Amino acid sequence: MDFRRFSLIALPYAWLLLLFLVPFGIVLKISLSDYALSIPPYTPTLDLTGGWPAIRDFLSQLDFENYVFLTEDDLYWKAYLSSVRIAAIATFITLLIGYPIAYAMAKAPREWQPTLLMLVILPFWTSFLIRVYAWIGILSSEGYLNQTLGFLGLEPVTVLNTNIAVYIGIVYTYLPFMVLPIYSTLEKMDYDLIEAAQDLGCTPTEAFWRVTLPLSRPGMIAGCFLVFIPAVGEFVIPSLLGGSQTLMIGKVLWEEFFNNRDWPVASAVAVVLLLILVIPIVLFQKNQEKQQE
Amino acid sequence: MNQPSSPQTPARPAGPGPATAFHPWDDPDAVPLIRFRGVTKRFGDFTAIDAVDLDIYPREFFALLGPSGCGKTTLMRMLAGFESPSVGAITLEGRDIVHVPPHKRAVNMMFQSYALFPHLTVEQNIAFGLKRSGMEKDAIEARVAEMLRMVQLQKFAARKPHQISGGQRQRVALARALAKAPKLLLLDEPLGALDKKLRQQTQFELVDIQERTGTTFVIVTHDQEEAMTVASRIAVMNEGKIAQVDTPGRIYESPASVYVADFVGDVNLIEGNARPVGQGMAEIRWREGVPAIRGQAAEPLVEGERATLAIRPEKIAISRERPEGRNNVVQGRVHDIAYLGNISTYHVRLPDGVIVQAQVANQRRIARRDFTWEDEVWLSWSDTAGVVLMR
Repeated sequence: MDFRRFSLIALPYAWLLLLFLVPFGIVLKISLSDYALSIPPYTPTLDLTGGWPAIRDFLSQLDFENYVFLTEDDLYWKAYLSSVRIAAIATFITLLIGYPIAYAMAKAPREWQPTLLMLVILPFWTSFLIRVYAWIGILSSEGYLNQTLGFLGLEPVTVLNTNIAVYIGIVYTYLPFMVLPIYSTLEKMDYDLIEAAQDLGCTPTEAFWRVTLPLSRPGMIAGCFLVFIPAVGEFVIPSLLGGSQTLMIGKVLWEEFFNNRDWPVASAVAVVLLLILVIPIVLFQKNQEKQQE
Repeated sequence: MNQPSSPQTPARPAGPGPATAFHPWDDPDAVPLIRFRGVTKRFGDFTAIDAVDLDIYPREFFALLGPSGCGKTTLMRMLAGFESPSVGAITLEGRDIVHVPPHKRAVNMMFQSYALFPHLTVEQNIAFGLKRSGMEKDAIEARVAEMLRMVQLQKFAARKPHQISGGQRQRVALARALAKAPKLLLLDEPLGALDKKLRQQTQFELVDIQERTGTTFVIVTHDQEEAMTVASRIAVMNEGKIAQVDTPGRIYESPASVYVADFVGDVNLIEGNARPVGQGMAEIRWREGVPAIRGQAAEPLVEGERATLAIRPEKIAISRERPEGRNNVVQGRVHDIAYLGNISTYHVRLPDGVIVQAQVANQRRIARRDFTWEDEVWLSWSDTAGVVLMR
């Protein structure tokens, strides 16, 4: 292999090594360490000046104690389960809302489509945090939602600090990740196929269920993974919009790190979260490969 | 009335019984399957179809021929139900179908892109329409097997469309469209994506399948050779209007207008002042000081009107000596020779600069060619070879 090709391939691998594998190694190492009242707040720390005996001594002090701890306290597995559930439900709602949006975009006149695409991407131009705070303004007990309900003569509702607010936040934030892949599969679809389906006896509705929907499945699957994977580890939305009963692993992780300052347990939580997400990530990759065939 | 003796005039058995010539369009009692009456289609300011009247008879293989944008596809899409006319009526077996949606018409279409469902196998594609019609499962299976046999794709039943060749896809599309045994099958440029050899072979297969199934076919094409090969009748279209509807032989031999003569095949067009000379013949004075040339008048004409003589290159003889006893004789010089292997086309320049093409079959080998560049030659043709056109 000549040098140019080697460097071309080496570059992304170097990137991965530096920005993914090395930090992951550090987190993994911390998760195997013990809690300590020091800076940094764990022990042992690696001291390379000591030579081989120091390294061997260091390795002998690592153990799986923190992982065992995660299985003993039911807070953790409940948090994992609850995160996966909330993320799955939110993903499903996002799909239900995102599909019609993507469909309408793909059906819109050609000259409108760039504008519509722009409108979907536009929210990314403002800070994510500010947008979540804006939802507090809408959903709080004195917020715009209840003001409007009051104006219409309806009873006020409590949305903020409940799971419903978390769902709203996730759906709102991740909607573009659902809309864009679905739109791209629908936009590529040959309209002749719909006409062929109608020609062969399908009503327009049947043609949608039998042709459009199956053919947009790769986009739907991609969109679901793109929403589900980050939503499982979501921290900002549950902590700002969710209530005390909203249990999500992202929040637990944050509390371990910053409230308890227990870096080793927090790191173990993070490593387990990553392992849980490996399954959907691998499935997502498979789906992308299949789509490219 | 001039009766062309063209080999392309189809003689087909019309249903069971003794084989008789198939030309229901000449039979005043024949009932058309499809009837267009005063059909106009406008898209905004653009008139795609302009007051079209057209009858298509059962068991016909009818071709809509014209350049792109002439309205042939729009006409076909109106038959499928994807467009509805702005004005006028379309009937299928006497029933108005203008407001019948595509899925309720006994009409199926083979798309130019084939439009095979990529997520379904060959078998499932063919079964798609049958399943919608609520047919029994066993009956569907039997029909699909029959269709696969017809297009010789039994081995490929379980493949997906992207796993078979272009020619195979074309046959799947045909089988799918024929599976429901429609009253009318529409074919939108069905062979456009195939290479030339395969296209010619498939043309004959299409005709064969059409005859065996007895389905009425309407084909849309811009390829005049394809239309001539497959069709029982051709409608030549121009800018939303039908220029002529006739058998391939008559379209070629007796074009109704300069447009048709020029669109179908090669033709020499010589313009001049017409004079009727009796017996449906007319002569054209086209240049000072040379004898007038003669041809059959396409329609009655008045002396002194401008008219065009249309003469096919293969009907012009080329010789070194002035031929005796012919009215239509012109002299010129060989300007160019197009050698096509089986035939050669001589481009002969007349003294006033007009180029006339004459086509000669190459019965001898090329080294023994009689004429070469810059030779003085005589061109001649019989009185009945050319047509005098007013439009």
